[in-house]
Amino acid sequence: MERQDCKVNILNMTAHQLSDLIKRKKISAVEITKNIIDNIEKREEQINAYITIAKEQALKQAEEVQKKIDEGCELPPLAGIPAAIKDNICTKDMLTTCGSKMLYNFVPPYDATVVENLKKQEVVFLGKLNMDEFAMGSTTENSYFKKTANPWDITRVPGGSSGGSAAAVAAGEAVFALGSDTGGSIRQPASFCGVVGMKPTYGAVSRFGLVAFASSLDQIGPITKDVTDCALVLNAICGHDPMDSTSLDMEYPDYSKALVNDVKGLRIGIPKEYMSDGLNDEIKEAILSASKIYEKLGATIEEFSFKMSEYAIPAYYLISSAEASSNLARYDGIKYGYRAQKFSDLIDLYKQTRSEGFGTEVKRRIMLGTYALSSGYYDAYYKKALQARTLIWQEYNKAFEKYDVILCPTAPTVAYKIGEKTDNPLEMYLGDIYTVSVNIAGLPAISLPCGFNSENLPIGMQLIGKAFDECTLIRAGYTFEKNTDFTNKTPF
Amino acid sequence: MSYEIVIGLEIHAELATKSKIYCSCTTEFGGEPNTHCCPICTGMPGVLPVLNKSVVEYAVKAGLAMNCKISEYSKQDRKNYFYPDLPKAYQTSQYDLPLCKEGYLDITTSDGIKRIGITRIHIEEDAGKLMHDEWDTGTLIDYNRCGVPLIEIVTEPDIRSAEEARVFLENVKAILEYTGVSDCKMQEGSLRADVNLSIRKKGETRFGTRTEMKNLNSFRAIVRAIEAEAQRQIDEIENGGTIVQETRRWDDVKGMSFSMRTKEEAHDYRYFPEPDLVPIVVSKEWLEKIKNSLPELPQQRKQRYIEQFGLPQYDAEIITSSKHLADFFEKAQETCGNPKAISNWIMGDLLRILKEKGIEYSDIPFEAGMLGKLVLLIDKGTISGTIAKKIFQKMFETAEDPEVIVKKEGLEVVNDERAILEIIQRVIMSNPQSVCDYKSGKEKAFGFLVGQAMKESRGKANPQLINKLLKQELDKPEQ
Repeated sequence: MERQDCKVNILNMTAHQLSDLIKRKKISAVEITKNIIDNIEKREEQINAYITIAKEQALKQAEEVQKKIDEGCELPPLAGIPAAIKDNICTKDMLTTCGSKMLYNFVPPYDATVVENLKKQEVVFLGKLNMDEFAMGSTTENSYFKKTANPWDITRVPGGSSGGSAAAVAAGEAVFALGSDTGGSIRQPASFCGVVGMKPTYGAVSRFGLVAFASSLDQIGPITKDVTDCALVLNAICGHDPMDSTSLDMEYPDYSKALVNDVKGLRIGIPKEYMSDGLNDEIKEAILSASKIYEKLGATIEEFSFKMSEYAIPAYYLISSAEASSNLARYDGIKYGYRAQKFSDLIDLYKQTRSEGFGTEVKRRIMLGTYALSSGYYDAYYKKALQARTLIWQEYNKAFEKYDVILCPTAPTVAYKIGEKTDNPLEMYLGDIYTVSVNIAGLPAISLPCGFNSENLPIGMQLIGKAFDECTLIRAGYTFEKNTDFTNKTPF
Repeated sequence: MSYEIVIGLEIHAELATKSKIYCSCTTEFGGEPNTHCCPICTGMPGVLPVLNKSVVEYAVKAGLAMNCKISEYSKQDRKNYFYPDLPKAYQTSQYDLPLCKEGYLDITTSDGIKRIGITRIHIEEDAGKLMHDEWDTGTLIDYNRCGVPLIEIVTEPDIRSAEEARVFLENVKAILEYTGVSDCKMQEGSLRADVNLSIRKKGETRFGTRTEMKNLNSFRAIVRAIEAEAQRQIDEIENGGTIVQETRRWDDVKGMSFSMRTKEEAHDYRYFPEPDLVPIVVSKEWLEKIKNSLPELPQQRKQRYIEQFGLPQYDAEIITSSKHLADFFEKAQETCGNPKAISNWIMGDLLRILKEKGIEYSDIPFEAGMLGKLVLLIDKGTISGTIAKKIFQKMFETAEDPEVIVKKEGLEVVNDERAILEIIQRVIMSNPQSVCDYKSGKEKAFGFLVGQAMKESRGKANPQLINKLLKQELDKPEQ
């Protein structure tokens, strides 16, 4: 490939392609970063993926990495690759807002463990990405700062809550990004924006430095242009962290070893309930044709009944809101972040600060969660939800006795219009129907492009795996990618 | 009408671990405000707690020493409420599955031995401290205490008087000191208690409505608060009123308690399992290891002092009530091999002087071995008992070795017969009336003359020699 050609393609290239070019000295880390920054400056007016753009810092970092490369240092696979981080992941000395007025000025004095890990990889940091306030939402419209547009159609939402992350990767404004997924917040925007998004097993990636929404469900994961990049980023961020008690201490695999184009004998189950009511026809079509492709490649496909599925949404909204009501109580105007200008006493300071600092959706969830935990209601709501959680987990375990992977849609629809669902939160909550049970059970799942609808909007399919079996998901995703052409399509 | 007082205690003790419960900050008392804290103990966005294992060990030690069952599986929960000293707006505590439960302590009061049930002991974190700004109308917050580990000991409503409450607390304090679980410095707030109190007519089996009293910072305050609250409730009932379930704040200066909030105004803490922490599992091996690390406890030591050293029950009780005092006793007796004499010194002069000077048991200014040496000096006849008391007094001032004091001030017993004889002759000369009385058979006069001789020698003469020589002189046939 000629150097000149490289530059034209940089914006559409994956991390592993760019890494290869850097190693072969076809291109420098500085050139890549400059190109991406130019693209950010060109596209941001329409896309609005970033809350903070760290242009100077990124260029300086790229220069340092290039210097090491020129000196002949052996560098990790992601060295010199420009990436961006969802704005609920703490970055030392860089604004971390969670998309909220409440943290409009919050600069953490520490890095999240994942950020430290990416720094060890010599990744270049472009900045912080837009999101629904405190990761609550499915459209990124709940951000206090801006609304992010879907690069495939700028009148549509990019999904959420990691909408900024998915849009930035799809628009070539970052080679890859980190998102967080509490009920589908990585997978659904990945599906809406035609990119690859993985929610790893709960406990595989440290949550230290991830501003908590629902501690027992939150998990950081990669949003990438293809499955190979997904494996490379997993290699960088998975692992035990003594700073996170819920991080599992075990031997983590080399995920790139799972990049194998072979699904022969793979047992794939499709939950009947996920292919019926409320599912858009074109999406159903795409999932069925994906299953045929797998079958042709030697996998076995079988439908099964996932009876607990109807309890997933109510259980999820009770548990996540209950935890959120407690996690978000610390934003009281006393220590950091937003404080109301006018207040008469301590209680009033709390009331004014929290009324002014939080948006509507966040307040809705805090009230829901506070109610669910209140004495007299705890047993009827929170405790019931925990029981449903156990049953869902058990049903998944039973399914995984028969199947290696579960295949289903990521979302019941493609990206919808900006403003289309803002007045109907319940309808928006139902959009999480295929993703939330995965968080409830703590399982890994990947969303990858599997088709386009008649309006040329991407459709995502979801592969759900056994706990800590990301490797099978990588293998299944990689095989699909190698035998189809959906990941190679770009919006521009 | 005769009333019975029913009391249950909630005791908070700060654990003596080096670092805090969920981060590595020091637990050291004092320090400039907000210098013993980090993003974790101040609850900054995104941080996570990691349980300090020694907190579990310390709490289990306390549980074992108080005859509790240790839960193999327990968990931590969030107690949610808004207050500026609580930076996360929840306190991590234990709700329905505490680390230790169903224990008891047998206490000895003037009415004999009584068993007080312990409902539970659980671990939790301390909060920060609010301070009124000296220069402005605002309030300042010091987060140094935030995340310092605590245990909360909850008793059954088995306590029936202020005395029982005091003795129980003294027992708990001694156990926590012996096991090294807490340094129990009440003035630094590392041991504090809330009192739940109700009254009922004698013979009644149902409990009355209880109140909870907070802000009790000393044993004395607890005793006074119990007496005052019991009287307040009795007066209320006697005057036809009813007791309101409420939380009251004790004002030790005014000697009164004031209502803080009623049951209706009580917080709904919305407890739920802390999702950032994993369950605490105390394996059989770990429990065994902790058991084996337990030191001798106050009751065991008391029994040993009675059996091994022949101390009276009461003396053994007092001396073992404080680890500092018991350790002092033990070291002192090792030096001289005369435990009874050491016990007498402690029960007499030592406790009296400590009380007079307001010195804590932990702050005795001289080494225990020095008291041993002092007793040794008496036993060897180097000094007299009277002189020893003076030297002991001196040791509090200078913290000097008694042998040094004796040498420096020339306080050795005079054993020189000639010198003593001279003194006796002088005493006989100047007290003819007493000599006469003695000779006419009044034995009492002899004692007086001994005293005079002793005084003349400024207490230094060997009393046996005085006795012998005086008798010899007086009984000499008249010349």
